[in-house]
Amino acid sequence: MKIPLSYSFKNLWTRKVTTIMTLGGVGLVVFVFCAVLMLAAGLERTLVATGSDDNAIILLKSAESETLSQIPLDVTDILASQPEVAVGSDGKPILSREVMTMINLQKKGTTSSDLANINVRGVSPAGVALRPQIKITEGRMFNFGTSELIVSQKIISGFEGARLGGALKFGGRNWNIVGLFDGGNSAFSSEIWADNSQIMQAFNRQEAFSDIIFRLKNTEGLNSLKSKIEADPRLNNFKVLHEKDFYAAESEELAAFIRILGMVITIIFSFGAMIGAMITMYAAVANRTVEIGTLRALGFRRRSVLGAFLFESLFLALIGGGIALCAAFFLTFLSVSTTNFTTWSEISFNFALSPGIVMATLIFSIIMGFVGGFLPSFRASRLDIITALRSS
Amino acid sequence: MKNLKLILRNIFRHKLRAMLTILGIAIAVMSFGLLKTIIGAWYANSENAAPDRLATRHAISFVFSLPIADRDQIKQIPGVKDVTHQTWFGGIYKDKQQFFPHIAVDPKNVFEIFPEFVISPDEKKAFIADRSGCVIGARIAKDYNLKVGDIMPLDGDIYPGKWEFTVRGIYHGKKPTTDETQMWFQWDYLTERLMQTSPRRANKVGWYMIQINNPDDAARISEKVDALFENSDAETKTETEKAFAAGFISMSSAIITGLQIVSYVIIGIIFLVLCNTMLMAARERTREYAVLKTLGFTSKKLAVIIFGESIAIGLIGGFLGILLTYPVVSGFAVGMARFFPFVVVDPWTVILAGSFALLVGIVSGIFPVLRSTRMTIVDGLRTIG
Repeated sequence: MKIPLSYSFKNLWTRKVTTIMTLGGVGLVVFVFCAVLMLAAGLERTLVATGSDDNAIILLKSAESETLSQIPLDVTDILASQPEVAVGSDGKPILSREVMTMINLQKKGTTSSDLANINVRGVSPAGVALRPQIKITEGRMFNFGTSELIVSQKIISGFEGARLGGALKFGGRNWNIVGLFDGGNSAFSSEIWADNSQIMQAFNRQEAFSDIIFRLKNTEGLNSLKSKIEADPRLNNFKVLHEKDFYAAESEELAAFIRILGMVITIIFSFGAMIGAMITMYAAVANRTVEIGTLRALGFRRRSVLGAFLFESLFLALIGGGIALCAAFFLTFLSVSTTNFTTWSEISFNFALSPGIVMATLIFSIIMGFVGGFLPSFRASRLDIITALRSS
Repeated sequence: MKNLKLILRNIFRHKLRAMLTILGIAIAVMSFGLLKTIIGAWYANSENAAPDRLATRHAISFVFSLPIADRDQIKQIPGVKDVTHQTWFGGIYKDKQQFFPHIAVDPKNVFEIFPEFVISPDEKKAFIADRSGCVIGARIAKDYNLKVGDIMPLDGDIYPGKWEFTVRGIYHGKKPTTDETQMWFQWDYLTERLMQTSPRRANKVGWYMIQINNPDDAARISEKVDALFENSDAETKTETEKAFAAGFISMSSAIITGLQIVSYVIIGIIFLVLCNTMLMAARERTREYAVLKTLGFTSKKLAVIIFGESIAIGLIGGFLGILLTYPVVSGFAVGMARFFPFVVVDPWTVILAGSFALLVGIVSGIFPVLRSTRMTIVDGLRTIG
């Protein structure tokens, strides 16, 4: 016969302070575990959301980021006239020749020497249409042919010196901020946009764009374009790939770094929490020796006792995990801004919670409960009836 | 003396629990030590910076290069002793996991400007003589089993193509914290190849390292250098080597803050583990404390015994944790060599970890002490464990 589950619940309730302490220990570890996974997932989600399935990007073969890529003007002309590029209703190819450069801005709340690198993207008129994520929330779009900028809202709120109606000085001139945009959860939310030709003049790099982004006529077009570029000696210095794949790759290094570092740390100190659970459960068994003897005398089997104590420990860990998850949920409102080691520019992203992370977190806490509870439960089930009843 | 005996007996009354508590504290103290060491590893580079060296990089970001012609102009500035340049090559050795810096340098004076990179005169001569030669740090030589004369192939990414270098020397660090994981080769070789493949990228360097006669002139010379290239295509930013390194650290400030928070969360976990044990002990011994009081033990004496026990457990756990920190840190250093080339346990970390263990020991004793002193003898005797 099984021992009723309510027995285990009530036991936890009787020793409230100890239960709370153990919950606290398990909860803290699970919380950190979950937060690390959410951070890495948030970064990946942001960069994956930056690319679109319908778009392709062409860059220098050796470039891991847009900033380091260069495509000479004559080559961009050849590439822009390929039949794989979709054509808009106005008869023009839906293609943006882009220049990516960086400026320094000071993070809010830091000293003036703590400068972050902010991406400045120069686009063609089709650039905005290619990115449905971009929405102008205040002010207006910049006019082509002028020194005007639109700036992501996240930059306005996170960095000094930028505001709507104000100006930023770089590349030897003053740029007026005429609009704010929301780039959603994408890397565009960490960027400043302007006219590509203006940026090229200001930075004195008229000879080359950074990359080309275009809408694909159909998805198969990418492969035919790939083989064409590979075969053409003028073009085989460049690579074409899905925009989504390109941005996803930009997250790899930093996400791996966060994951490895975080996992190593949480696994090490999960041992601390497991030991905490073990102490609690051993004490529970020791305090209840007579009770266990009684249960056994009443006819409950050894495995029922084992089951009841193990359940108690699993339940404890699961509640700890649940509390940690609730706390971690509030992290999703937080946004983190740091330098991406792949692009060496600032990227801001949110903690992201996914069903996979919830599962991983709960499994992690169950494992802690199991490992912490097994030995004490085993001891409880091994108690001899007579000596257990006799002990005081 | 009698107290000490009582304390020790009390600790090991529940052997298993005492062991588990000590182990729990030890693990937490060790994790704390590990985290502090990791955070310290971030700063190691800037700690190693020499006061008489300035770094000049592109004003916006070091990913943009500077023309080699700048060098002679910088050299003209009074107070400048010597100038050398370095260029981040990137490149993959064996596979992407094997990460260490590959840097193109000027072999003629780089060892004079970086005296903490020690190399024998013969090896230096051989390095200068061989255009495709390279010099590697002692740790790289050990980790990859490389000797002088071996070929070191790199797969270029920033600078595409296959590159082959011959190891001409192995440098050692002057101090234990000197980075022994770098690979240096001749910039001339890089720029020559670029002339053929992509001439626009040739004759450029990553950053300049300027040695100055008097560290007090750092600010003045930095301004002079930047003024030279103001309004040019490549404006520069010159700062002390320390500030240059600190710039890299501030890029990861969000991650460092995260780690710092986590390291204090760990202190919380130690506290919970020890506090729990002390509470359990106090609960079980309520009757016993009443008996001791009946025998004439004052509340003060009881407090000494209880505090003594929690502090002793805290300290034993802390001591064990500190001992454990060293092997774990060196294991971590091997695993994370890709991200952190040098990881050394700082004595301050040890002191801090030890003090936290002590503090937790004191705090965990408070509640049981209050309980035992406030309790009346009759109530205590009446309690059923």
